[in-house]
Amino acid sequence: MAVQNNRLTAEEYEQRFSDIHPPFETRDAALVDANRCLFCYDAPCTKSCPTGINVPKFIKQITTDNLKGAAYTIFSSNIMGGGCAKVCPVEKLCEGACVYNLMEETAIPIARLQRYATEPAIKGQWRMFERKQRTGKKVAIIGAGPAGLSCAHALSREGVDVTIYEKEAKGGGLMTYGIAAYKVTPAFCEEEVSFITGIGGIDIRYNQELGKDILLSALQEEYDAVYLAFGVGLARQLYIPGEQLEGVVDAISFIYDIRNSGFPAVPVGDQVAVIGMGMTAIDAATQARRLGAKEVTLVYRRTQQEMPCTVAEMDIALLDGCKIIWLAAPAEIIGENGKATQLICHSVRLEEDNTGRRQPVLTDEKIVLPVDMVIKAAGQMPFEQLIYENQLHHNGGKIAVTGNGVTSINGVFAGGDCVNGGKEVVDAVQAGKEGAAAILAYLQADCHVSSSH
Amino acid sequence: MSVAVIKRIFMADISANFLGIRSPNPYWLASAPPTDKKINVLRAFEAGWGGVVWKTLGSQVKNVSSRYSSVDYNGSRVMGFNNIELISDRPLAVNLKEIAECVRLFPDRAMVVSLMADNNRESWHELIKQVEDTGAHGLELNFGCPHGMTERGMGAAVGQDPEIAARLVEWVMEAATIPVITKLTPNVHSVVPTGRAAVKAGSHALSLINTIQSVTGVDLDTFVPNPNVAGQSTFGGYCGPAVKPIALKMLTTIAQDPVTAKVPVSGIGGISTWKDAAEFMLLGATTVQVCTAAMRYGFRIIEDLCDGLNNWMDEKGFRTLDDFIGRSVPTLTSWEELDMNYHIVANINQDKCIHCGLCYISCEDGSHQAINLSYGNPYNTYTIKEEECVGCNLCKLVCPVDNCITMVEQRHGDEYLNWKEYQRRGGV
Repeated sequence: MAVQNNRLTAEEYEQRFSDIHPPFETRDAALVDANRCLFCYDAPCTKSCPTGINVPKFIKQITTDNLKGAAYTIFSSNIMGGGCAKVCPVEKLCEGACVYNLMEETAIPIARLQRYATEPAIKGQWRMFERKQRTGKKVAIIGAGPAGLSCAHALSREGVDVTIYEKEAKGGGLMTYGIAAYKVTPAFCEEEVSFITGIGGIDIRYNQELGKDILLSALQEEYDAVYLAFGVGLARQLYIPGEQLEGVVDAISFIYDIRNSGFPAVPVGDQVAVIGMGMTAIDAATQARRLGAKEVTLVYRRTQQEMPCTVAEMDIALLDGCKIIWLAAPAEIIGENGKATQLICHSVRLEEDNTGRRQPVLTDEKIVLPVDMVIKAAGQMPFEQLIYENQLHHNGGKIAVTGNGVTSINGVFAGGDCVNGGKEVVDAVQAGKEGAAAILAYLQADCHVSSSH
Repeated sequence: MSVAVIKRIFMADISANFLGIRSPNPYWLASAPPTDKKINVLRAFEAGWGGVVWKTLGSQVKNVSSRYSSVDYNGSRVMGFNNIELISDRPLAVNLKEIAECVRLFPDRAMVVSLMADNNRESWHELIKQVEDTGAHGLELNFGCPHGMTERGMGAAVGQDPEIAARLVEWVMEAATIPVITKLTPNVHSVVPTGRAAVKAGSHALSLINTIQSVTGVDLDTFVPNPNVAGQSTFGGYCGPAVKPIALKMLTTIAQDPVTAKVPVSGIGGISTWKDAAEFMLLGATTVQVCTAAMRYGFRIIEDLCDGLNNWMDEKGFRTLDDFIGRSVPTLTSWEELDMNYHIVANINQDKCIHCGLCYISCEDGSHQAINLSYGNPYNTYTIKEEECVGCNLCKLVCPVDNCITMVEQRHGDEYLNWKEYQRRGGV
């Protein structure tokens, strides 16, 4: 038993990490599904999209061969509509609301059609948006993830000059560094960032970390407004004995390494336990399997009813041969020679608390899993230090905002995961749009004040 | 182990008798490419077709390439079909020999031959004699082809002028000893004048409709309408499912006219299924002719055409085709005869509703603002405002769920009240 990298051939890596939701190969194939769309009025799919993409409209545009129009319909609501088509949990959003579900029929494959409409625009770097005349206003954005890029694009369209400070060497944020490689490739993420910044007026400065390379106070001086979109990133600790052992990693850095260093470089064990049942846990478990782990077991302290991931996501893990142990709470990781060898869990039963929520209660029964690797995916922590240092009002480390991303500091706005604690890419894109609207309103009010002097 | 063959036993008899031309079912292949040679016709008979109208014989012609174009709708191909093909371009002697062989090999099937001779008595007489020598059972006069032949004063040029049509029918009747069917063109204001002229001149029967002149579309890259013949196009003849409603209307006018109603009619125009056929027969057709559907899917469609008709007849208690031919004709009346006291309102079955909102937006923008939207996330609830509903059917027509929207009768009064009576009473 060993934790080791480079387990597979180049072909095997390519095959195992190829696109899990392949695109339509032909126009004919796309049209069969596009023509099934009923063109609902006040459509449930649109209402279930956090960015409110007019889904029936873009699908209708596909059927009339107006692909440029379809792409514009999508991007005008969601500038990351290309990436969202690949990573959104559509089964609980647009496709989950498709009226065909109510007829017990297969929902329209909205994500796949969205990909069909957006891919040519991103590949061809179509110029779809024009900037308004420059206003002379300058805004700094922290983080080139979905919220930051979405905010930047919306501001740039209105003639605001935007500088994004990004601590990583690439843009895209979670999309680039935090999602399973079989959903979205690094190359696509780069193309998507270029597509967004192609509008002009957006300068991304990489390897610039807030609190280290730049300070909020300096940005406040230099810019008319600041938008914080630095996300969440720190994996939640389990606070159990043995967490420091070799072979115990957190899912965020595990996935980050896969995205950043390439498949062969990332070590994986023979027997891997993944703690958690969220989207990140699934991405870690399936990718551990695909990297060559012999056994991967997901451990979750509640049941399928409570799991945060969708059934579709769970099915990917099950089809990859991952096992799931329900009602098991990690108690201790045991090691030999400093290396993890066993994960000990308490068996759990659920009891309703006085709010009616089913809470896990530990039992005496124990579950022992032989392991050589433990991946922790029990949620992410906010960047609390950043928040304390900058004296932002917050709720348990999540930046507190009123309305559309207005923080406790005048001229400082925030949105995305650093506010909501970690939701979908599409939620962050919407937060970025709303933040931009709030900033524009603030800048305009500022104008009136200045001109009245 | 032997395989048990389950033969279905039908009560109904779907055999047809058209002026003594008998066929095991009422389905004839219309005069068109599928009936232009022996190899096709024999395969059609083997597949089970009741009869054929052999592709038009007559003047010497030559065809061009390409010849067809179509209209697609929402991803469905060939909703409408268009051709610029002329009558048979094979040598007459070959056609005659092959017709005779087909008659000999399948004596129980109807063999009607379509004719379009040059515009003189001798040509018609000579052609009719030659065709009758094959043993064919009937003649169909092609007064309807809308392209190519009209420029020579033939085809639709004949059918559009009752006097010319009557003269040609008279020539035909001088020579013909077998039943004569005159095929009418729809490219007229009304098919009745030519139909009457043909019947008065002695035609034993009518068939309709021939194809409708059309331009099916323009290529948005080349800017040339289709079908494209070296950068040019020409008006073609439109047919297929799209023309069925037009054909049914014209058929009804023939069935309701006192002169033309006296002769049997072979119905043509977009028939693709047994349901289409039943509708044509309910409006007066004795047999039906099929072309586009067979060109698109092949002769095998005859199986369900017969099977479906048979099952429907059993269900309705019809033993023979005569039990229902023409049955719906009297229900088609003029608008002013309609009962103004009859009133229906829509009802939405909330258990079946899938909340697509199509009824709402069609009523709101296209009709009478009679549907109420109650906002929900993500599903709105739609209900009918009965006092606003005029009973137009639009919501029911657009609803994607079968029987979700039904129209419920709420009469304004017990008595039958038509427009004339309504006006006489001063509009109350």
